[in-house]
Amino acid sequence: MKRRTLLASAAMALGLATAGIAEDKTKVGFIYVGPVGDGGWTYEHNQARLAVEEKFGDKVETVFVESVPEGPDAERVMTQMVLEGADLVFTTSFGYMDQTINVAKKFPNVKFEHATGYKTAPNVSVYSARFYEGRAVQGTIAGEMTKSNVVGYIGSYPIPEVIRGINSAYIHAKKVNPDVQFKIVWAYTWFDPAKEADAAKVLIEQGADVILQHTDSTAPQAAAQAAGDVITFGQASDMAEYAPKPRVSSIIDNWAPYYIERTQAVIDGTWESVNTWNGIGKGMVGIGEISDAVPAEVKADALALKESIASGDYHPFTGPLNKQDGTPWLAEGEVADDGTLAGMNFYVEGIEGTIPQ
Amino acid sequence: MLKLEKRPQPSQAWTYLTPLLAVILTMIAGGILFAFLGKDPVQAIKTIFWDPLFSEFAFYYRPQLLVKGAPLVLIAIGLSLGFRAGIWNIGAEGQYIIGALCGAGVGLAFYPIEAWYIFPLMVIAGALGGWAWAMIPAILKVRFGTNEILVSLMLVYVAEQLLASMSLGLLKNPQGFGFPGSRNLNDYASANSWIDQSVGLHWGVVAGFIAVIFAYILLNRHMLGFHIRLTGEAPRAARFAGVNPTRLILICLGAAGALAGLAGLFEVAGPSGQVSIDFNAGYGFTAIIVAFLGRLHPVGILLAGALMALTYIGGDIAQSNMGLPSAAIQLFQGMLLFFLLTVDVLTNYRIRLSQREVA
Repeated sequence: MKRRTLLASAAMALGLATAGIAEDKTKVGFIYVGPVGDGGWTYEHNQARLAVEEKFGDKVETVFVESVPEGPDAERVMTQMVLEGADLVFTTSFGYMDQTINVAKKFPNVKFEHATGYKTAPNVSVYSARFYEGRAVQGTIAGEMTKSNVVGYIGSYPIPEVIRGINSAYIHAKKVNPDVQFKIVWAYTWFDPAKEADAAKVLIEQGADVILQHTDSTAPQAAAQAAGDVITFGQASDMAEYAPKPRVSSIIDNWAPYYIERTQAVIDGTWESVNTWNGIGKGMVGIGEISDAVPAEVKADALALKESIASGDYHPFTGPLNKQDGTPWLAEGEVADDGTLAGMNFYVEGIEGTIPQ
Repeated sequence: MLKLEKRPQPSQAWTYLTPLLAVILTMIAGGILFAFLGKDPVQAIKTIFWDPLFSEFAFYYRPQLLVKGAPLVLIAIGLSLGFRAGIWNIGAEGQYIIGALCGAGVGLAFYPIEAWYIFPLMVIAGALGGWAWAMIPAILKVRFGTNEILVSLMLVYVAEQLLASMSLGLLKNPQGFGFPGSRNLNDYASANSWIDQSVGLHWGVVAGFIAVIFAYILLNRHMLGFHIRLTGEAPRAARFAGVNPTRLILICLGAAGALAGLAGLFEVAGPSGQVSIDFNAGYGFTAIIVAFLGRLHPVGILLAGALMALTYIGGDIAQSNMGLPSAAIQLFQGMLLFFLLTVDVLTNYRIRLSQREVA
C-alpha cells in the first residue's frame, strides 16, 4: 500500500516536473514490436519518428525501444520511458493495448497513442490506417493482370484487419474479372521470411500468378521473382528493390503526418483523446508507384479508383454485398459502418474456404 | 608457450570464480562493442547493471526484477535437475506455453464465478499441462530411445501453433470485437496470481523461492538427488548403484515440465494477464542460460536469474536512454553464456607455461 502511494506521488511529482520542462523540450517515446530494420511495419514507424525529429529539431527529443515483447515487458518499458520524462508515448502494436491502458492510468499527465487498438482513455488515443483502401487498388490490378485467374493471398493471422484486406481485394478483383478466384494461406506470423517464402511457393504451385501478402518480409517477392511470371505488391513499406517486376505496386504505411500532428498538439497543449482511422485521403495509406509492368489502361483504372477513394466519393465496401453464406450484408448503395469493419470476422460472398477459428 | 593441463580434479575455487569472471569479461567485451557503436562504454555498463538497482527510479525497477526473474528461476530449477543427470530438456518454452494455456483455460472456464478454489485449480492445471507436454519427449525416449533434445525442441513450435490457435479460437475474449487474445485475468479477481503488484510480488515469485529451497534439499539431502548427481557425474557407477535410468528420465523431465508449466500459469495469470498470440517471450530458452550460469546449483540459479533479469531491465533502459540497438543488448546477454563456457575450461584444466624445447 505504502509503495503504491509512493509510485502515485512520484507520478504526480513527475507530472509537475514535466509540466515545467515542457516549455523547452518535449520528449516523445516509441515502443516497437520488431527491429527497426525489418523493412516493413516497424521500419515505417521509425521513419515517422525520424520525420518528427526532423520537423521539430531541438524542440523535441525522441527515444525508442525496439523488439519489445507484447506483455509485461512492454508495460515496464512504457513506465520507464515515462519515469525518464516522456510527455507522449506511441505504442505501435496491437498487443500493447492493455499495457498502454494500465500505464496511462498511473500517469494521467502523460499522453499515450496506441496503434490499431480499440481501448481509449482520457489520456489514451488510438489510431490506425484504413489499409483496406489500398487493398481495393491492389485487387483491381490483381484482377486485371491475372491470366490464370488465381490470386494467392498470404494472410498473417485471421484477425479483422487481415480479413478486411482480403475482402476488399477480392471485391475489387471480382469487379474487373468475374472469374477470379482467391487462394488464401495463413502463415501465423507477421514476419518470418522462411514461412512466407514457403507460403508463396505453395500458392504459385497451385497456379497463382498474383501474390498478395499481409506479412512484412520481402521473401514472397523473392519467391515470385524466382518463379518467373508472377506479380506481387509491397506490404507496409514500398519494397521497391523488387520493382518493376515482380513488385508492381505497394501499400505504404505513412505515419509521419499523424505523429507530427500529435506531437505538435502536445507542444501546444491542445492534445485530446481521439480515435483516428485515416486512409488514402489523409495520406496515412500510400500507394507505391505502379510500375511499367502494368499496362497503361490498368494503371489508369487503379489510379482512378485511388482518386475516388481519396476524395471520399467511393467507399470500398459499398453494397450490394452478401456475406459468404449468401445472407445479405449491405443493400444497394449502402456503405459499411466502421463498427462492422473494425470487428469484421466473415468473408464476403464468393471467397472459398473458412476463416480458421 | 601456453599449455593446457588437465587437473586431476575439477578446481573447487574456479567453480565459484568462473561465473564472476564471465560477468567481468562480458562487461569488458560488451564495453568494447558499445564503444564501437559510438556510445560511452562506462555509461552503458552502468546503465545496465547499476541503474535498475540504484538510480532515481529504482523504486520502480526493483520490483520488476522479481517479475522478470521469477519465471527464469522457476524454469531453470527444473531444467537443472535434468541437466545434472545428462537429460537435456531444451523445450521448456513449449511446456511454459502449455502450462499457461491449461491454467488460463481452467480459470476462463469458471468466468465470471468468484470462488477461492479457482486459483488453486488453475495452479494444478498449469503444472499438469507442463508436465504432460514434457512427458511426450520423456516417454518417446524411454520407449523408443528418441533424442529428447530434438523432440522437446520441436514441441516448442507445436506449442506455439496451439497458442495461436487458442488465442484466435477457443480462449478468445468474446467481448474483444473479434481481436485475438483472451480475457484479461487481471480483471478477474479469483484467477489472479498477484499478491501485491506494487512490489512485484505474485505467487510465481513465492513458488520460485520454494523451488530453490526444495531443489537444494533434494540434491543435498535426498537419495533421489544423489542419484541425479551420480548419473550425471559417473553414469557407470550409477548403474552399479542400482539407479533406474527410466525412472530418472521420467522424473527429471516431468519435474522440469511441471515447473515450466507453473511459470507459464503464474505469468499468464499475473504480469501478462492474457493468453495472446505472442504470449511467450523466450523465458524457456533464457532459462537454459540461467541454469548454466548458476552452475546448476539452486542458489546459483537464484543469483543468475536475478542477474539475467537485471540485464533485461537495464538493457531496455540503455536502449531508450542511450539509443543502443536491441541487437547489441542481446549480443551482450549471449556473451555471458559464451564467456562462461569459455572460462569453464579453467575448472577442469590449468594453464601452464611450458618451456620451449631447444632444437
